[in-house]
Amino acid sequence: MSTTAIETKVALDQALDLNTAPRKQSSVEVTDYDNRQTVGKITVDNPKMTCRGVNVYYGEKHAIKNVGLDIGANEVIAFIGPSGCGKSTFLRCLNRMNDTIPICRVTGQLRLDHDDIYDKSIDVVQLRARVGMVFQKPNPFPKSIYENVAYGPRIHGMVNTKAELDDLVRESLERAGLIKEVEKRMDEPGTSLSGGQQQRLCIARAIAVNPEVILMDEPCSALDPIATAKIEELIDELRENYTIIIVTHSMQQAARVSQRTAYFHLGDLIEVGETDQIFTNPKHKLTEDYITGRFG
Amino acid sequence: MNKPTASPPTKIPSRDIKTIVNAGLARRHAAERRFRWYGLIAITLGLTFVVLMFANIIGKGYPAFWQTYIQVPVTFDAAVIDPQGNRDPQAIETADYAALVRAGMRQLFPNVQGRLELRALYGLVSSDAAHELQDRVLQNPALIGASQEVWLLASASVDTLVKGNIDRALDESERPIKDNQLEWVDKLQAAGKIEKQFNTILFTSGDSREPEQAGIRGALMGSFFTLLVTFLLSFPIGVATAVYLEEFAPKNRWTDLIEVNINNLAAVPSIVFGLLGLAVFINFFGLPRSAPLVGGLVLSLMTLPVIIIAGRAALTSVPPSIREAALGMGASKLQMVGHHVLPLAMPGMLTGSIIGMARALGESAPLLMIGMVAFIVDVPKGFMDPSTVLPVQIYLWSDLPERAFVERTSAAIMVLLAFMILMNGLAILLRKRFERRW
Repeated sequence: MSTTAIETKVALDQALDLNTAPRKQSSVEVTDYDNRQTVGKITVDNPKMTCRGVNVYYGEKHAIKNVGLDIGANEVIAFIGPSGCGKSTFLRCLNRMNDTIPICRVTGQLRLDHDDIYDKSIDVVQLRARVGMVFQKPNPFPKSIYENVAYGPRIHGMVNTKAELDDLVRESLERAGLIKEVEKRMDEPGTSLSGGQQQRLCIARAIAVNPEVILMDEPCSALDPIATAKIEELIDELRENYTIIIVTHSMQQAARVSQRTAYFHLGDLIEVGETDQIFTNPKHKLTEDYITGRFG
Repeated sequence: MNKPTASPPTKIPSRDIKTIVNAGLARRHAAERRFRWYGLIAITLGLTFVVLMFANIIGKGYPAFWQTYIQVPVTFDAAVIDPQGNRDPQAIETADYAALVRAGMRQLFPNVQGRLELRALYGLVSSDAAHELQDRVLQNPALIGASQEVWLLASASVDTLVKGNIDRALDESERPIKDNQLEWVDKLQAAGKIEKQFNTILFTSGDSREPEQAGIRGALMGSFFTLLVTFLLSFPIGVATAVYLEEFAPKNRWTDLIEVNINNLAAVPSIVFGLLGLAVFINFFGLPRSAPLVGGLVLSLMTLPVIIIAGRAALTSVPPSIREAALGMGASKLQMVGHHVLPLAMPGMLTGSIIGMARALGESAPLLMIGMVAFIVDVPKGFMDPSTVLPVQIYLWSDLPERAFVERTSAAIMVLLAFMILMNGLAILLRKRFERRW
């Protein structure tokens, strides 16, 4: 899925254009994707999610400006960018967590497979079961470890018997690489675990409902390097079955876990491409500045 | 030195930081010491008044927990109790037990003659003594015909005398107890026929005009029924309102207006709620006066804002991360609230409610407006029975001149304070035990 030479040239031209001329303010109803300003190739061959012309407003503030991006099935895509660039906002559009903010308004098209996720016929409950989420701060429920993992299957009615639920909980914990540590203490509160364990518990909780996509919002920012390494390993394993979108402040982490990387800047998707290419050969000046640590 | 200069300073003053800081250090420390002293003085002052208040109430109230009894030889004369000799329960119940008491008193002091003298003698025991004898006989009819030494309730003036609250040096006309009565009491005391026992009447009977027969049972039951109505109404409504406003209601001008009004309601003087209750519940809906149901309705109005505000505070203190976690799992809003937010907020809500209920327990002004201030002897048995409540009982007794009622007023205050401390203790316990910190 490498960028062809022609595309690269087009992208480069656009990038140059970007740097010389002031950017035109994206209007709400932009659909002209041929003239998109993002550098790199936003489409993939087998998209799991497709986003086109996404704009997000917090009241008057235009937080995401006309972003178009495909997320491929079974890939790990990392969103990077300086603080306040909109990467978390964009992430939260993908399972409509932004709905909880009253002043937030989302326009544009976001599809999960073929369903428009902002369509009235789509219930957020169903969407969030399909698009799981892991948050920045580990946030296990103040209940037992077992109850934490069992919660999702229970509310969605995924299991019929206690035995099925037991199996599902065990399997989820196993896939989250936590089973050995908690096997003997399933009834202890989830909050009694260490930070890294808590975050893996949150991942286990998310995968217990067997989602198609997992969103991770800086999942390691509150963890020490060893716990981080474990989570990264886990992300790599989970890629087999899930599509994973990870927001991260750590460029090393993005480089380690992701196949594609998207760079956001002040609400714009500046550049997207293969992770190797983004980190070794960024095409946009802003991306380069950020990656080389000139700001961020 | 550091003199301010109009011309731009050429150089930072050369005094080193150590001397500058040291120069001001003494002043800073002195200010801190002064502040500590102010704090200590304030606390000491506050504590002194609390101690004074408690000492005063307990000092006045504790004798009320003891009651004077006189040992009287009683002959359960069959000719008086059961003249027909057929053990007819009705006849036994309506018999003249006061005559038995009088006979017993005459037996104690056989030399007393004359109508006035005898009346003074009979005045040593309470009019309740006859009921006491009636109870005994009804419970055990085998007593009829037998003789027994019975401890009978002394009258309030004897009780006051025995507790040392009557100045013997006063002129006879200024004392509630006459010279001859004084003499008899002294004789009885010397013979060991006067005794102070724990005052169970205080806790088992309703109000009475006779201090020695007056108890707080009626007021306690009235308070209980009133608070039950208050809790059953205000807790569910308050919690539901708090949850709706905090979690479901859109944030717009209307909800802002409602919020402001709820906060204002919490500050409305309680007597206003009493007037409202009088106008709405009694005059419009025609509910009975003096009933715990109406009292509970009025106090609910007063307690609701407190519970709503406490409930909202408890809900806000549940961290957003828990809400996000639940929503992120695909929980609906109601599931998020029901499964996670409400259980976590519940201890805080309960604490707020208990404190609100404690306030309602101590409230008297609104209940005066709806007629719970009547003199009610019978212990209420339900929500519609006329009754009064503990603080109103205190108010009623505090108006009465007898020394024995002064005692009982303080005793009732002690009971009320005990319940308050109990409720606040429960609130603290709940908070300590169940409240989570993040």
